[in-house]
Amino acid sequence: MNQKQDYFPEGHAFYSALRRRYLIAGVWQTIFFSALLIAIISLMALLYDVVNGAFGYIAYEYKNDPSEYTSTPISELTKEELLSILKENLSSGAYNKLNNEQPMETRSQGELYVLFLKGLLQVDTKQTWDLTDSLLRGAEIRAEAAEKYPDAQLEFRSWLTPQFLTTPMSSKAEFAGVRTAVLGSLWLVGIAIIFALPVGVGSAVYLQEYAPKNWLTAIIQTNINNLAGVPSIVYGMLGLALFVRTMESITSGAAFGITDSNGRTVLSAGLTMGILVLPLMIINAQEAIKAVPDSLRQAAYGVGATRLQTVWSHVLPNALPGILTGSILAISRTLGETAPLIVVGASTFVTIDPSSPFSKFTALPIQIYNWTTRPQSEFHAIAASAIIVLLVLLLTLNATAILLRNRFQRKY
Amino acid sequence: MQNTQTPEYAIETKNLSIHYGNFTAVKDVTIQIEKQKITAIIGPSGCGKSTLLRAFNRMNDFVPNCRVSGDLLLHGINLYSKEVDPVEVRRKIGMVFQKPNPFPKSIYENIAWGARINGFKGNMDELVENSLRGAALWDEVKDKLQKSAYELSGGQQQRLCIARTIAIQPEIILMDEPASALDPISTLRIEELMQELKKNYTIIIVTHNMQQAARASDYTAMMMINDERAGGVIEFDETKKIFTRPSDKRTEDYVTGRFG
Amino acid sequence: MDNKNFRQFDLKKKPRGFETVVQGLLFLTGILSIFITVTIVYELGKEAMLFFNDPDVTLIKFFTMTRWQPSIGEYGIVALVSATLTTSFIAILISLPLGLASAIFLSEYASLRVRSILKPVLEILAGIPTVVYGYFALLFVTPILKLIFSGSQMQTYNMLSAGLVMGIMILPLIASMSEDALSAVPRALREGAYAMGATKLETSLQVVVPAALSGIGAAVIVGISRAVGETMIVAIAAGAGPNFSFNPLDAAETMTGHIARISGGDLSYNTIDYTSLFAIALMLFLVTLVLNLISQWVVNRFRERYE
Repeated sequence: MNQKQDYFPEGHAFYSALRRRYLIAGVWQTIFFSALLIAIISLMALLYDVVNGAFGYIAYEYKNDPSEYTSTPISELTKEELLSILKENLSSGAYNKLNNEQPMETRSQGELYVLFLKGLLQVDTKQTWDLTDSLLRGAEIRAEAAEKYPDAQLEFRSWLTPQFLTTPMSSKAEFAGVRTAVLGSLWLVGIAIIFALPVGVGSAVYLQEYAPKNWLTAIIQTNINNLAGVPSIVYGMLGLALFVRTMESITSGAAFGITDSNGRTVLSAGLTMGILVLPLMIINAQEAIKAVPDSLRQAAYGVGATRLQTVWSHVLPNALPGILTGSILAISRTLGETAPLIVVGASTFVTIDPSSPFSKFTALPIQIYNWTTRPQSEFHAIAASAIIVLLVLLLTLNATAILLRNRFQRKY
Repeated sequence: MQNTQTPEYAIETKNLSIHYGNFTAVKDVTIQIEKQKITAIIGPSGCGKSTLLRAFNRMNDFVPNCRVSGDLLLHGINLYSKEVDPVEVRRKIGMVFQKPNPFPKSIYENIAWGARINGFKGNMDELVENSLRGAALWDEVKDKLQKSAYELSGGQQQRLCIARTIAIQPEIILMDEPASALDPISTLRIEELMQELKKNYTIIIVTHNMQQAARASDYTAMMMINDERAGGVIEFDETKKIFTRPSDKRTEDYVTGRFG
Repeated sequence: MDNKNFRQFDLKKKPRGFETVVQGLLFLTGILSIFITVTIVYELGKEAMLFFNDPDVTLIKFFTMTRWQPSIGEYGIVALVSATLTTSFIAILISLPLGLASAIFLSEYASLRVRSILKPVLEILAGIPTVVYGYFALLFVTPILKLIFSGSQMQTYNMLSAGLVMGIMILPLIASMSEDALSAVPRALREGAYAMGATKLETSLQVVVPAALSGIGAAVIVGISRAVGETMIVAIAAGAGPNFSFNPLDAAETMTGHIARISGGDLSYNTIDYTSLFAIALMLFLVTLVLNLISQWVVNRFRERYE
């Protein structure tokens, strides 16, 4: 091939073609970056939306006039005054019920005040506004409220307060808190981890250290990968059929002498979540064990250690950071999942903190679901507050995971 | 001795140095590569042969922190000056790698793709056939052009890589130990091919195989690292001379196998 | 040298009872996962069989009727499947191009610093609980959509809003799996392309992406599987009643949303409402199982491609 055929653009023609190629490249690069930008903007929109909903003006009225009960401004009422007002004005049935739950004298002033507002004055929310509105159109809102609800009070309210975390559930949004829900979620996490951690690590150890490379092991591995992809609601159905119904005698505590409950307990839900996160734990633990350098194992075997001794004393400690990370992922999942809990029978209205595995329960995401789907805007506000609580919880967890991972990694 | 017309070299370097951050990997290389000849770069491992080779077609641009000082002159233009586009450099100076790396496409497409992005207008079938002939591969693959390149053997894949390189009509072909991943018979075929190719292209080849350099090349550059671990060309001459009467003692030690 | 400090050294095989017990226990945990799958199939199948064995229920009705209300004899699952398909389709329409483009940017263009900032953002998106996405869909996206589509018959509950937000939720999944696939393409392949005078874009789009196609394909299939199985976003934002429609502006209930709604209310065992739920759940399980198997097959089949 001696002649150089004139097929390729040279010189000027080449440069103009090259310029065009670079132009196209630039356009595409912008497109790719924009895709990422859209994802970032969506995240920011979501966070903005949630924070926006948790603070703002609220216009509310009292159904009953405070002056019917006392002439003092209600915020200045002392504990004793509140006690006597409540005793006089609540029906004896209502008063006794409250007293049975917890003696009135032992309650704090704040609690009694809330009871006063809730039971006697009966707060009625007329309208709420979100944060941006409240900040930007403050004057307009005040005028609007004065016009539409002349009898109502207007105040700026932060729906997310420390009380929000410590107050139990309530049917009125203004007084509801997430304490029962958070405790329920913690119970779930506890039960799920007690099940999933040992079983998950055990399976991973078996698959990585003991199992021969045969068809059975391959099937087990494929099966685990598939289980990891099963929709969470299907796990819920499994929990419903297996724990709530078939094993009702155990999960309701009947086998242990508890008579007035059914299978829809925190135990059933916790076990369901345990099964749900098990494939995750196994896969994570497997990765952690795989990452342990083989030279370490060889060294242990070389001094005559048995397989168990090698695994227990060398492989597992080395794989611990990865297993820890996996556990934290599992906990995050347990905290955030909603669908299986709905199916297994989380109650949306429990006011009593869960006290045993056989208690009825609610969980943080369940409350968020329940409050979001109510029409009244004040419920949306506490849904937003609950979301913030959940996100902060998850953020802390994951930050801890990353911190732990980095700290352990430096050692090696 | 100054001629009134200095012969134009295919490419030459003047005090070319390559740095990674503060570390100098290759120091002060000044060599002139003759047109349509095979120049071999030899030396013990780690002396910077590949680094130097990759500087010729600006492949080192992809290494972060890599800086080049000195001149690399093609037709009198310094290829490292700001106005020069590395994309065009790589069109003019092709490269064949140590391990064959054909694209996950058909044999036909492997060659056609490079031509197409460089603006080829003309008969693609003809170009593919000519390139495959030029790489001594046509007879073996002419009936299976649409098959995947991965179905070829290692030696065939390497010849395919050569074919796609010559398809875009470069002036210079760089070869980074092109036969080190191949069996002896394929290696021999590559060396025969090189002799054919040099009729139309200038070839610069890095090799750690001294016999190959002695057999196949016209000129040889001997590289070694100095005390600061920077590589440099310690001797550059006709191959015959390097291997029979080298001027530098270190070269003599290396080619007679005393080390390396 | 005296061996008094060590055990007798006789090279015979010793019985290690404890080891065997532990190994047995570990084997059981390994088998447990199979047991779980078997239990799922058994429990779902048992109730689903009760549903299908009901004299009023026929397979023809199951697949051809367009209304789903088992208590009054309507057994058309397409009323729910249509919503699942519509929302999943919208979700993939959003998440596939955006996810793939993000992956290409992160893998081919972003510097290490930029990558270390942007990748965590994607991971945060992936970690947000779906109920929070549901809140976002109902209370932020839907009002905006209503503004955009003002005038047309757009209701508060609609499949478009749920589908869009589902897409955002799945985006990080597709992005991270695709990015893994792109990063796994060997450097030698890229260098081969650069050496021929190709620009970065030409190399990325015409050499790297085709080489990573199997991993990207697997990512898409996993994304579809997630979309089909997603519950909370659709339960909150898409609608609360089966509706055989493919119009994204309509309200409708997906298979998952239906299960959530019915099981969250008063449900007595042994009613057709109860058993029909299991029929739906069984279908969900089978569909996602098949999808996941296909994605694993895709990865394995094409893995040898660039070796």
